[in-house]
Amino acid sequence: MIVSTRTGSLTFAEVAPGKGMDVALARTPADVLRWIDASGLRGRGGAGFPTSLKWELAAKSPGALKYVICNADEGEPGTFKDRVILADFADLVFEGMTIAAYCIAARQGIVYLRAEYTYLRPHLEAVLARRREAHLLGKGIAGRAGFDFDIEIHMGSGSYVCGEETALIESLEGQRGEPRNRPPFPIDTGYLGNPTTVNNVETFAWAACILARGADWFKEYGTAKSTGHKLFSVSGDCQRPGVYEFPLGITIEAFLQEVGGEDAKAVQVGGAAGQCVPRGEFHRALAYEDIPTGGSIIVFGPQRDMLRVAANFLEFFIDESCGQCTPCREGTIKLLEGVKMLQRGQCSMDYLEELCSLGETMQLASKCGLGQTAPNTFLSIVSHFRDEILGRTAAWSPE
Amino acid sequence: MFLTERERLRDELVELADRFGRSRGALLFILQEVQNRYYSISEYAMQVIADLLDIHPVEVHSVVSFYSFLNERPQGQFVIRLCRTITCDMAGKDQVARQLENDLGITFGQTTPDGKFSLEWAHCLGMCDQGPAMLVNQRVYTRVTPEKIHGILQECRQRFGVHAVADGKELPQ
Ligand SMILES: Cc1cc2nc3c(=O)[nH]c(=O)nc-3n(C[C@H](O)[C@H](O)[C@H](O)COP(=O)(O)O)c2cc1C
Ligand code: SF4
Ligand code: FES
Repeated sequence: MIVSTRTGSLTFAEVAPGKGMDVALARTPADVLRWIDASGLRGRGGAGFPTSLKWELAAKSPGALKYVICNADEGEPGTFKDRVILADFADLVFEGMTIAAYCIAARQGIVYLRAEYTYLRPHLEAVLARRREAHLLGKGIAGRAGFDFDIEIHMGSGSYVCGEETALIESLEGQRGEPRNRPPFPIDTGYLGNPTTVNNVETFAWAACILARGADWFKEYGTAKSTGHKLFSVSGDCQRPGVYEFPLGITIEAFLQEVGGEDAKAVQVGGAAGQCVPRGEFHRALAYEDIPTGGSIIVFGPQRDMLRVAANFLEFFIDESCGQCTPCREGTIKLLEGVKMLQRGQCSMDYLEELCSLGETMQLASKCGLGQTAPNTFLSIVSHFRDEILGRTAAWSPE
Repeated sequence: MFLTERERLRDELVELADRFGRSRGALLFILQEVQNRYYSISEYAMQVIADLLDIHPVEVHSVVSFYSFLNERPQGQFVIRLCRTITCDMAGKDQVARQLENDLGITFGQTTPDGKFSLEWAHCLGMCDQGPAMLVNQRVYTRVTPEKIHGILQECRQRFGVHAVADGKELPQ
């Protein structure tokens, strides 16, 4: 498996495995939570929820059975950093899960691995077996009586929406992966009705590093609201695609220089659910307070047809919508029809405006993040690439 | 299906239900295992599973129909899933798709008459920096070109120990 990094090596390769857990177990769970809180770590899955807060809420929720779930569904188009982390740094991920279990007093951990990554499973099972043998999992972890925790792997069955935490839990319970209404949140009513923390693969790995190296080390990089480094999955029209690690807050401009994509006309940040950022906004920063992202960066060169991009993403959402609610189920189809009209050069401004207000309704009225974000790319392309998408003729070409 | 085959399937399902536990939470484990062994989940299998877990067969069916890696219709022994998402699209997935159709003699959504290959579209496989990407069962292929298709298919046939198709001509079943 190829990992290309311009930074040479990832932080995950430099942090000694085991150190974070040693440090954590020498402290009380409350101390560990304070430590994570001080680091400012926020969820690396995309939404950026403060990790310490999620763990603290799960810790405070009453219940004898609690769960730690690692979201390894990585279905967001353009994202592949979790695959690399699982392949090369699985120990750090399991260590982070064990630290989370220590904080919230969970006895069971589950990795929800997407079906497309089935080939990673034997490796992950081997790492788990090794950790059990070393008493890093199982009963009385690291000689601490009463600290019992083990991790099992559950496979997905090919569904993007199952990456949404409540749909993921439905799927674990043997149901269709249909998102639930929130609240209640998984931190009090999660897997089998028990308090559950669901975190991204990368979030767990950083938690282990923070314990190993300290909150101050982590906070030294990034911005005040988006601390630390983050992994990015880079693909599309650039010279050096691959997995990169950068401090949060990096501008798109600087980013493109690193990956060799300086002539981009637009960059898709955050995958299909993210936004399409035009050249004029490349001064903006990749950070929770500006453009948040789970790490998917897709570069579009000058030769790309932005309507083809919009159509591709909408087809994705039409396939992956669970169909529970109308704005998402019907809206995605309407928007795709609109893109096809634009491609044929047959869309009036009035109708385009109607489609945009439909998109805005979807953002507000859809039940889960899938429907709420499905119109994003359409809306950003319509607002930034008017010259390109209006009044098309058969002779139109991007350059 | 012959009675003996049904009996064998039933025995296997009982064994799976015992292994994973006869609870609702075991459903996906059982379905995934059946899919792996039989390349599809038949109506009969769904009925037996429903009985074993004490749920309605409609519920089993609704779960099977939800997930793209679970199939009611029989799938080939090799399921080829070509990524159709944006970066693989930009990297030339259309040409790869056309050549797959040419070399297999089927279109997307179909299975070859000999039951060896099914051709499916997939969404992002997490290999976007090395597209076009495709999965053949659990194995991932990257930087696929139309020219490489023939070799990949040949490799599959050999891995299975049978040369079902020689020089583009189908052998009798
Ligand atoms: C449609 C949809 C798909 C999602 N897919 C993923 C995913 O594949 N991996 C992931 O970590 N989070 C995904 N999420 C976000 C999760 O719901 C959840 O916020 C996340 O796992 C929390 O982890 P974090 O706080 O560590 O980021 C998805 C959300 C939505 C709405
Ligand atoms: S927004 Fe879409 S995916 Fe989410 S619950 Fe509604 S229909 Fe399902
Ligand atoms: S877009 Fe094809 S693997 Fe991600």
